[in-house]
Amino acid sequence: MSDADINGPTSEAPIPVTHDMGGASRFRCTAVERDEAPPDDFGKRVDALRQLLAQKGLMTVDELRRGIEAIPEDEYLALTYYERWLRSMTTLMLEKGVLSREDLR
Amino acid sequence: MSAPTRPDSPVRLEALIGALKGRGILTEDELTARQAQTDCASPEIGARMVARAWLDPEWRRLLLSDGSAAAEAMGVSMAGAPPLGVLEDMPRRHHLVVCTLCSCYPRAVLGYPPHWYKSFAYRARAVRDPRGVLAEWGTVLPKGVEVRVVDSTADYRWMVLPLRPEGTDGWSEDRLAAIVTRDALVGVALPQVTPRTVAV
Amino acid sequence: MTPAEGTSAAASDPPGKSAFAAPRFEPGARVLVLDDWPERRGPCHIRTPHYLRGRTGTVQRLLGCFASPEDLAFGRPASRRALYHVLFEQQPIWNEGHCGDELLVEIFEHWLEPIEATKKAI
Repeated sequence: MSDADINGPTSEAPIPVTHDMGGASRFRCTAVERDEAPPDDFGKRVDALRQLLAQKGLMTVDELRRGIEAIPEDEYLALTYYERWLRSMTTLMLEKGVLSREDLR
Repeated sequence: MSAPTRPDSPVRLEALIGALKGRGILTEDELTARQAQTDCASPEIGARMVARAWLDPEWRRLLLSDGSAAAEAMGVSMAGAPPLGVLEDMPRRHHLVVCTLCSCYPRAVLGYPPHWYKSFAYRARAVRDPRGVLAEWGTVLPKGVEVRVVDSTADYRWMVLPLRPEGTDGWSEDRLAAIVTRDALVGVALPQVTPRTVAV
Repeated sequence: MTPAEGTSAAASDPPGKSAFAAPRFEPGARVLVLDDWPERRGPCHIRTPHYLRGRTGTVQRLLGCFASPEDLAFGRPASRRALYHVLFEQQPIWNEGHCGDELLVEIFEHWLEPIEATKKAI
C-alpha cells in the first residue's frame, strides 16, 4: 500500500477555496470569539432586503452564496458578514440587469 | 468584538435599497415588515420544542420525524423556509451543528445566528477540533460520549434535542424550557440545572 | 418566520413522494465522495466540503430530493437531486482527533459513488 492509500486524498489535495473553511489550518489556534451582540441595524436591514429579494424571485439563496464566494479572499476575510451579503446582492442585481450602474449613483 | 460595520457600508446599502425602490421593486413598508417578522424568531421557540419533547413522547416523535411540522404546530410559519431537522442526543452521542461553507442555521426556531456561529474560527474548527471548541464553552462531555458534528451543507437546517438533565423530575414545561439555551440547541453547551434555576 | 430564507428548499420533495428517479443508495450503503475539484475548472457553486472529497462514508438516510444548488446559483433550470445524510469518521480525515467522533453531512447523490464489496476493506 502506498502512502497515498494510507493517507487518503489529503496528501495531494488542492488548497480549498476561501469560503470552504472546514478544518482550515489558518484558524486552528484561533479561539472562537464569543460575541453575543445581536446584528446591528445595518445587518438587520441587509438581512430583510435579502429575504425580500428572494421572496420576489429576484435572487435565490444559492445565487447569493455564489456571489459571496466570488469575493476575493482578502476582502472576504476583511468584510463583515452582512457586508459580504451586501456586496453579493449588489453584484447580482447588476449582473441580472435588475439595476444599472446609473441606478446606484 | 466582531469587526464593526464600515462607515460607507450603510451608505451603499441605502443606495441599493433606493435604486430598488426607484424601480418599483420594493417599498420601505415591506422592508420594515420583513425585519419585524425576522426579529420575532428567538431561541425560546426551539427551547419550548425541546421541553415539550422531554415531557411528551408523542410530541418527541413528531419533532424527530418532521421538525418543520413540529415548528408549524408551535405557530411558526415554515412556508418557504428550509426543512427543519432535529438531531437527538443519546447517552453516548452528542451532536454539534456547524456550517463550514456559509452560515446555515435554523433561524425559524432560533432567530438570527450569533456572531460566533458565523465566525471563521468556529466554521474552521468545529469539524476538526470539536472537543476543543466545546471546551471553550466549558462543555466537557462525560467519558464514553462521542461527538457527531453535523456540517449543515445543503437544504436542511439542524437543531439539537439535548438530553434532559438529571434533577429535573417533576419540572413544568416552562421551567424545563428555561434551561434550554440557544447554545444547547446548537450543541456547544448542555442544559444546566444551576442553583439559580432550581430556586425558580 | 423567514419564508424567503431558502428558495431552493421550497422546491423540495419529501422522501418517497418524488417524481425523481429512484434514489440510488439505501441506508447503510458504503459510498465514496468524488475526489473532484470543479472550483479548479472555473466558476461554480458546490456544497460538498473539500475535506470530504475522496472520502468514504456510510449513507445514514435519504433526506429528500432538492433542486441542485449548482444550477440554482447561476439561475439555470435546476435538475432535481437526491440528498443524503452521510456519516464519516472524523479521525481518518484529519489524522487527529478522538476515536469514535463522527461527521454527519448532507451530500447530493451525484457526488457519491458506490463502493463495491471488494473495496470495502479500505
